[in-house]
Amino acid sequence: MNLKKLKFLSAIRIWIIDFFTDQKIINKRMKYMAKGKKLLFSLFRLAVILGIGYAILGPIIGIISSSFFSDTDRYDPMVFLIPKIPTLMRYDLAIARLEYFKTLGKTTLYVLGLTGIQVWVCALVGYGFARFEFPLKKILFGCVIIMIVFPAHSIMLPIYMLFREFDVFGIINLIAKKPLNLLGTPVPMYIMTMFATGLRSGLYIFIFNQFFRGIPKELEESAQVDGANAFFTYLRVMLPCAVPAIVTVSIFSLVWQYNDTFYAKLFLIDPSIVLSKRITTLEDTILNNDQVRDPAIMTLYVNAGVVLAMIPIVLFYIILQKQFIEGVEQSGIVG
Amino acid sequence: MKKIRIKPLTIKQRRARNGLLFILPWLIGFLWFYIRSFAQSIQFSLSDITVNMQVGGYTLRYAGLKYYDYLFSVHGSFKQVFADSIVEILIDIPLIIFFSLFMAVMLNGKFRGCTFSRVIFFLPVVLNSQAISNALGLAQSTMSGGITTSSSIILSSAVDGGHDLGYYLYIFSQLGIPAPLINYVLGAVSRVTEVITASGVQIVLFLAGLQAIDPALYEVSKIEGATSYETFWKVTMPMVSPIIVTCIVYTVVDAFAKSGLLDLSYATTFNEINYPLGSAISLVGTVAMCLILWIICSVISKRTYYIN
Repeated sequence: MNLKKLKFLSAIRIWIIDFFTDQKIINKRMKYMAKGKKLLFSLFRLAVILGIGYAILGPIIGIISSSFFSDTDRYDPMVFLIPKIPTLMRYDLAIARLEYFKTLGKTTLYVLGLTGIQVWVCALVGYGFARFEFPLKKILFGCVIIMIVFPAHSIMLPIYMLFREFDVFGIINLIAKKPLNLLGTPVPMYIMTMFATGLRSGLYIFIFNQFFRGIPKELEESAQVDGANAFFTYLRVMLPCAVPAIVTVSIFSLVWQYNDTFYAKLFLIDPSIVLSKRITTLEDTILNNDQVRDPAIMTLYVNAGVVLAMIPIVLFYIILQKQFIEGVEQSGIVG
Repeated sequence: MKKIRIKPLTIKQRRARNGLLFILPWLIGFLWFYIRSFAQSIQFSLSDITVNMQVGGYTLRYAGLKYYDYLFSVHGSFKQVFADSIVEILIDIPLIIFFSLFMAVMLNGKFRGCTFSRVIFFLPVVLNSQAISNALGLAQSTMSGGITTSSSIILSSAVDGGHDLGYYLYIFSQLGIPAPLINYVLGAVSRVTEVITASGVQIVLFLAGLQAIDPALYEVSKIEGATSYETFWKVTMPMVSPIIVTCIVYTVVDAFAKSGLLDLSYATTFNEINYPLGSAISLVGTVAMCLILWIICSVISKRTYYIN
C-alpha cells in the first residue's frame, strides 16, 4: 500500500519534471499557448469591432427603420425597429418636398463641376511646388499648410462682403455702373475653387505635392530633352502618372463638397442646387405645406429625407471603398 | 535707334518663372481671399461699422479694442462658450488619439471581414454632413438599447440593473484614485459615440502608418526575445510617432470647426448683424487654436522619432 503510493508519487514527480524540462513537451506547450493567445486576441478583436461597429451602424439602422414607420407604429410601445404596418408615405412626401430627383441632378452637376476644377487647379499648384525652385518657395508652401489648418470661419465675413459687392479692379463697376451681387448663386464657390482656395484645397495641393515628389525626375528630363515645354511635359507626362492621386482627391472632394453646408450657407446658395442644405429646411417645408404638427411624426419625415440624402453618397462610397481607403494610405497624407 | 537686347533667361531663371506660373492661380487666390480677408477681419474687429443698405458698401470708424474689451468683460455667453470649446478640444485630443491608435492596431493585419470592418469604420467620414449627423444624433438618443449618451444615464441605468455604480465610484475614490481622473474616464465613456465618429480619418492615418513599418523590425525584436508589450513600445510607437502629430493637427482643426465658438461667431455676425463682434470672436478663437496647436506640436515633436 505504502509502496504503491510511493510509486505513484514518483511517477507524478517524473511527469512534472518532464513537463518543465523535456524540450518536446515544452515546444508543444509553447505552441498551444501561442495558439491560445492568438485565439484570445482574435476573440477580443471581434468583440471590439462588433461593439464599435454597432455604435456606428446603430443610429443609421434606427433612422432607416423608423422612416418606414406608420403613425400607429410610432405610438405603439411594442414596436422596435421592425414596423407592424410599414409605409412608404414618408418617402413619397419627402421626395415631393425635396423635389428629390431634380435637386439631386443639380447637386451632382454642381459637385462634379467643382471637383473637376479642384483636381485640375490643385494638381497644377501641387506640381509647381513639387518640381520647381523659385524664390520664397518654402514660405509659400508654409502658406499652403496654414491654409489647411486655418479655419475658413475666421474669414467668412470679408468673403461674404467681397462677393456681395463683387468687383475686379473696378471693371465691373465701370460696365454695369454698380458692383455685382453674386450671393445666392454658386458662382462664388466656383471662383474660389478656381483659385485653389475652395473647400479643403490646401489639403489637395499637399496630396498632389507629395505624390509628384515621388515620381522620378528622369521622366520629365527625357521629355524636356525631346523638346517639350514645361506645361506640355506636365500635361502629357506627369499628369497621366498621377492617376492614383487624382482618384484620391476626386473622391475626397466629391464627398466633402456633397456634405458641405458651411459655404452653401455663407454664400446663400439656392437650396435647389445643394441637397445637403435643402435637407436642413425640409422640416419647415413640410410643417408649412402639409400641416404636420406632431414633432414625433415630423422626425419620421426628416429621417426619410436624410436616408434619401445618404443613399447616393453611401452607394458611391461602397462602390469606390477600395480606392478610398487605399488612396488615403498611399497618397502620402501621412508624411 | 539703339536696339534693345533682352538678355535670355538662364535655365534656372526660366524654371523659376515656370514654377511661379504653375502656382499662380493659388497665389492669386491666397492673396485675394485669405490674406486680404484676414487683414479685413482684424480691421473689422477694431472698428465700428455702419453699413449703407441702399447704396451698398460700408464705412469704418476706428474704435480700438472696444469690442475685445466688451467680449471679455460684458458679453453674456462668450467666456463660457470659449472655455467649453477649449476644454472640449483638450479632452478630445488624447481620447481620439488613443482610441484611433488602438483601433488601427485592432484592424491591422489580415483577418476574415477586415475589408468590411474598415468600410464601416470609415463610414462616419462619409456621413459628416451637418443635417445627417444631426439626425443620427437624434436617432442615437431615441433608439432605446442604443449606447447611452450621458454619464447620468449610465449611472441611473446601472442602478436599475442592480449595480450601484455610485458605490463602485465611492470605492475607487476611497482607494485614492483622484476624482478628476474618475470623472475623466466617466466622461470618456459617455462621449464614446462622439469619439468614434470623430476618429475616422485618424484611424486610417494610423493604419497606413502601421502598414508602412518594415516587418523585419518585428522579426528582429521577436528573435531578440521581446514580448509583444515591449515590441509595441519599442517598435510600433516610435514608428508611428510622426503620425501622431498629423493626427493631433487634424483632430484640433476638426474639433475647432465643429466647436460652439464658431457657431456663436456665425450667429453674432449674420443673425445679430454685429460684424465687429463676430470678427472679434472668430479671431480670438483662431488665435487660441493656433496657440494650442503650437504648444502641443512643439512638445510632441521633441519626442517623435524620424527615421530619416
